Amino acid sequence: MSEFRMPSLGADMESGTLVEWNIRPGERVERGQIVCVVETQKGAIDVEIWETGTVERLVAEEGDKVPVGEVMAVILAEGEKAEGEAAGQEAPVEPSPAEAPQAPSPRAPDVSPPVPPHAAATGGRRRISPAARKRAGELGLDPANVSGSGPGGAITLADIEQAPEAPAGPRPARRAAGHDAHAAMRQAIAAAMARSKREIPHYYLGHTLSAEPTLEWLAAYNAERSVAERLIFPVLQLRAVAMALQEVPALNGWFVDGAFRPAEGVHLGVAIALRGGGLVAPALHDADRLDPDAMMAALRDLLTRARKDRLRSSELTAAGLTVTNLGDLGVDSVQGVIYPPQVALVGFGRIAERPWVRDGRVVAARCLQVSLAADHRVTDGAIGARFLTRLTDLLTEPDRLWPP
Amino acid sequence: MAPLSRDTLRDTVIDAILAVAPEADIDALPAGRPWREALEIDSFDFLNILVDLEKRLGVGVPESDYHELETLEGLLDYLERRLAA
Repeated sequence: MSEFRMPSLGADMESGTLVEWNIRPGERVERGQIVCVVETQKGAIDVEIWETGTVERLVAEEGDKVPVGEVMAVILAEGEKAEGEAAGQEAPVEPSPAEAPQAPSPRAPDVSPPVPPHAAATGGRRRISPAARKRAGELGLDPANVSGSGPGGAITLADIEQAPEAPAGPRPARRAAGHDAHAAMRQAIAAAMARSKREIPHYYLGHTLSAEPTLEWLAAYNAERSVAERLIFPVLQLRAVAMALQEVPALNGWFVDGAFRPAEGVHLGVAIALRGGGLVAPALHDADRLDPDAMMAALRDLLTRARKDRLRSSELTAAGLTVTNLGDLGVDSVQGVIYPPQVALVGFGRIAERPWVRDGRVVAARCLQVSLAADHRVTDGAIGARFLTRLTDLLTEPDRLWPP
Repeated sequence: MAPLSRDTLRDTVIDAILAVAPEADIDALPAGRPWREALEIDSFDFLNILVDLEKRLGVGVPESDYHELETLEGLLDYLERRLAA
């Protein structure tokens, strides 16, 4: 018998709110299966289980705020019998999501019935933005079942986008009304970044490189491919970081209890700005083992889920180093803040044409600045420099990124 | 298929952008300025917009033509030309 507990999804997490169970008593669960949704400061997270067995009972109820480490469910290993089963004692029956009426999750206050505080002011008619009305039509949603977060309770496009799909039924809204969720995420970022700047003696290194060879490689790779099959440049950046980390593992891991603990495997945190504010940096698993298309697929999956608030628990804690790319926002270079307890962060700026000296002549070349912020408690500049030089080599000689 | 009017084409493009960036205020875009940066469209969003436009219009944009899509007007001109061809 084992106990499924509220996982810690970050150093600063104290508790999480159980939004929804995906399992019910008597059901079989597999290692890696998503068993519940937990609302955290980082949004709603799909939580995986790391046991295979049968659900004996659910301890936590939907809507409960559960401290980290507290038992949420009891799982029987294969072949194991439930306690007291011989005595014919029934495990406490939990209402299963499928049978229960729409779970009154406290995180979903905006699901019907709509009691808009401002309805009276507008004569009972809900205010709704034209874009929101249009989108509601497309989604087949009745705006009357959505509550508004805009001025005067107006329904905004975001409200419609975040509203649960009408016919889908049992899935409650995953995110608290925009405002709270943003405030909570802001707080989580503030706590992590303040801790980073308080505790981590950062040192910073930078390189400028000509991205021409890699851009040409990418253009050749994409030339014969349909839009949907193309790679984007960040795939090559992530690959180069993963390979450089293999050679300099001192930057891949965590500083915990006064000592460096190396990561097993190369899982890269990918900093993703969320529309409407906020930032998440979920892990792209095994970034050193994926071929170009698999890497693109993994990145696509991660970006899509991050923006839909569907990240998994294993993605929140696995990363041994984070990569941030602010180039698309027009920034030349990044001096990053390390995400604790990680010990380094790689930053990429934009690709821009610059004068570049090649074979003794000045030419125009598309250049890129790459930076490293690293924890001086764990490494010294020499190791950082070795990593950055290796990274630059890989991004300058793209044939070495996926050697045959 | 009857040729699309410029306005219809513009609406189609805006729909594709809004599908990726629902909060984008396209009317506030300064004319002639690069739209991706202003609307915070990263390379992944951009790819998704192109996939969407290909579905809606049947025009696949080769990467070598990306430089023609820097402004919204440029994007519309480009699509118009490709649709007419």
